[in-house]
Amino acid sequence: MTHLTRRKLFTLAAGAGTLAVAANLPRTANATPEEAQKAISEFTGGKEPQSGKITLTAPEIAENGNTVPISISVESEMTGDDFVESVTLMAEGNPNPEVATFLFTPLSGRAEATTRIRLAKTQNVVAVAKMSDGSVYSDRKEVKVTIGGCGG
Amino acid sequence: MAAPRIRVKVPSSASAGEVITIKTLISHEMESGQRKDKDGNTIPREIINNFTCEFNGTKVFECQLDPAISSNPYFEFYAKVPESGTFKFTWQDDNGETYTEEKDIEVS
Repeated sequence: MTHLTRRKLFTLAAGAGTLAVAANLPRTANATPEEAQKAISEFTGGKEPQSGKITLTAPEIAENGNTVPISISVESEMTGDDFVESVTLMAEGNPNPEVATFLFTPLSGRAEATTRIRLAKTQNVVAVAKMSDGSVYSDRKEVKVTIGGCGG
Repeated sequence: MAAPRIRVKVPSSASAGEVITIKTLISHEMESGQRKDKDGNTIPREIINNFTCEFNGTKVFECQLDPAISSNPYFEFYAKVPESGTFKFTWQDDNGETYTEEKDIEVS
């Protein structure tokens, strides 16, 4: 990974002006909220997610987009026939909106998970939970990103 | 690439039916397929695409990973322990390799 030091950044900015900005853009166009929406409806099978039951915990401001801690938590008994089947995470402004999908079982005990994700820029992160009875719930948080985490 | 280093934290004992916390960490570059080398060529994607946790052969937790997961993927999740047994953790690499780790737990 190339480390952009302060000195390099200044040299670049002075030397190339707007080029320095362009170099920070990812190769492909970033996903749009519409693309994320499409990926979500593929996950839910076309169902419109309701709010509630699922909580997405993310920092308001992430200094480094390379490792943003994200937690999801879904209210559920997690017993034989009432449990959370899966939770998917989407980032609306990343090159690809998909981040991860967690699959739970009654042995999970609690439908909670924490991981670290990459965010290319300031954007909304969406979590969608699919319950064993087929209902879907979602939560959304905006994360402000100071340094993007998708290379470039 | 050198074999990844794996760190897994599972309590060594629990009471029957207790819900325990599990933390896992594996060292891996998680090359996203978005970055370019200094000649401008795209570096091909190579990530860990799947992680599973089983207890005595029954699935507890699974995660399907996309390139937006940070390098050195970290997971924290929960498991209900009905009896003594073994947790088995499996990471699936894009290059076809699998990395595994096992941890025993004693139910008193």
